[in-house]
Amino acid sequence: MFTETPLIRRKLRNEFAAKCVFGLMALAMVIPLLVIVGYLFWKAFPLLSWDFLVTNPTNGMRKGGIWSAFLGTLYLVGISLCISAPIGVLAAVYLNEYARENWFTRIINLAVVNLAGVPSIVHALFGLGAFVLFAGMGRSIIAASLTLSIMTLPVIIASTKEALSAVPISFREACWNVGASRWQTIRHIVLPNSISGILTGVILQVSRTAGETAPIMFTGAVFFKKISEGNLFAYNLKDQCMALSMHLYTVTTQVTEAPAALPYAIATVLVVTVLAVNALSIGLRVYLRSRKKW
Amino acid sequence: MLMEPGKKIEVRDLRLAYGAKEVIHGISFDAYRNEILGIIGPAQSGKTSLLRCFNRTIEFTPNVTVSGVIKVDGQEVSRVRNVYELRRKIGMVAPLPVGLPLSIYDNVAFAPRTAGMRAKSDLEGLVEKCLRQAALWDEVKDRLDSLGTKLSGGQQQRLTIARALSHQPEILCLDEFSIAIDPVTTMRIEDVLKELKKEMTIILVTNLVQQARRLAARTMFLWKGEIIEIGPTEVIFSDKPANRKTYEYVNGIFG
Repeated sequence: MFTETPLIRRKLRNEFAAKCVFGLMALAMVIPLLVIVGYLFWKAFPLLSWDFLVTNPTNGMRKGGIWSAFLGTLYLVGISLCISAPIGVLAAVYLNEYARENWFTRIINLAVVNLAGVPSIVHALFGLGAFVLFAGMGRSIIAASLTLSIMTLPVIIASTKEALSAVPISFREACWNVGASRWQTIRHIVLPNSISGILTGVILQVSRTAGETAPIMFTGAVFFKKISEGNLFAYNLKDQCMALSMHLYTVTTQVTEAPAALPYAIATVLVVTVLAVNALSIGLRVYLRSRKKW
Repeated sequence: MLMEPGKKIEVRDLRLAYGAKEVIHGISFDAYRNEILGIIGPAQSGKTSLLRCFNRTIEFTPNVTVSGVIKVDGQEVSRVRNVYELRRKIGMVAPLPVGLPLSIYDNVAFAPRTAGMRAKSDLEGLVEKCLRQAALWDEVKDRLDSLGTKLSGGQQQRLTIARALSHQPEILCLDEFSIAIDPVTTMRIEDVLKELKKEMTIILVTNLVQQARRLAARTMFLWKGEIIEIGPTEVIFSDKPANRKTYEYVNGIFG
């Protein structure tokens, strides 16, 4: 009984090896993040200051800060999410909770999957045609935000559907059996138990929107713009704006004799902003999950 | 429409198909007021589908076609406009206990609330009554605000029964309620059912033929979507039921 045969020893050895390999791979995910953030900070250090954040670029972007680009990114991300999050979540609720399986919903689902796979430069051209030219918005924050929301919409729909379908079907059946309507079931059971997953999916889109350059280049972002410093409402929806991602591109490729630390400082601000939003999302997720009830 | 006295549910020539596959082949039977009608039969004989036709939750399954007539209190269910009221008239208990991710209190108060009951005193009274009826009150009365999903399996099944009673149904359908719970709890619930019979019609779908024998006044043997035999329980379980198959199934020599 319970003797250690060679077979068992091999099994244990394999078990240990598998655990090590998988663990190392998981660890490998963390290393690039730490290296990137550390390297950025190290390179950007001479320039980082509060003034850098809240002053406009000057001297052909060689001096000054990044205020107009930073605020522009906040506007683009904020407005595009305000458009795509409600539409995406509501559409996903419809697709997951109401729609029956027929040719119509199959087409919608197919569209969602395929739209999620369209390259961002194609979205940019669509935005240029649809919003800037056809709808007559011109190159503006609103046109760029709409383009970004078209881009994030399918991903939000997909992630929301995922979160909704994680709520067991038996909960819904129990509600229907006692005479609750679909909406009452969604309102009282499905949404409260999927909200953490829905929010996570939405907030993850922040990092994507903040980093995109192509869709805003044609539709509303400019190389340089001066706005009133430190004023959070300095942009108008009809204005064109600067954006961090595009500013980074400009400074590295178009501006000669820029200080060496400048691109790194811009990248640092971009990364830290995105990480801050993600940290917020993690906090929210932990809080909401602690209230999850099964 | 005149209602025949005593008949609570009438089923006439009910056919049900999932896609092209017919699973109920035109069955007809009645269920009377204040009786327990046992439905026995092996898996895949259409028992659960039948129950889901009563309260029309079958409509949530895609590609289902139902034909024939089901009347509850003389009213044809397929013509009912207020399907939510129909569903509140019928309490449903599923094979596996489902505690909604709410507190014990809210689990039971959910149905009356969705029906518009708001007054706290009404709700509290109703919750206590239902939990008592389901033989759960004594175990949970001190922790009504803890989660229903944290109860044990047997307690959750009784919570499910309490929830099914919370909308004050006139018909109670139990679908193999005892497969996930221990024998002691099963016996307690069976006692509860004998009490509830005085107030409502009970349809008891069960895999345990002895359970039907203990509880049901009449028993129906459903096999592959057809009624093999329906009649008084003592006939079904006697040595000479009308159909040989019934005898074989009940005595476990079914091949």
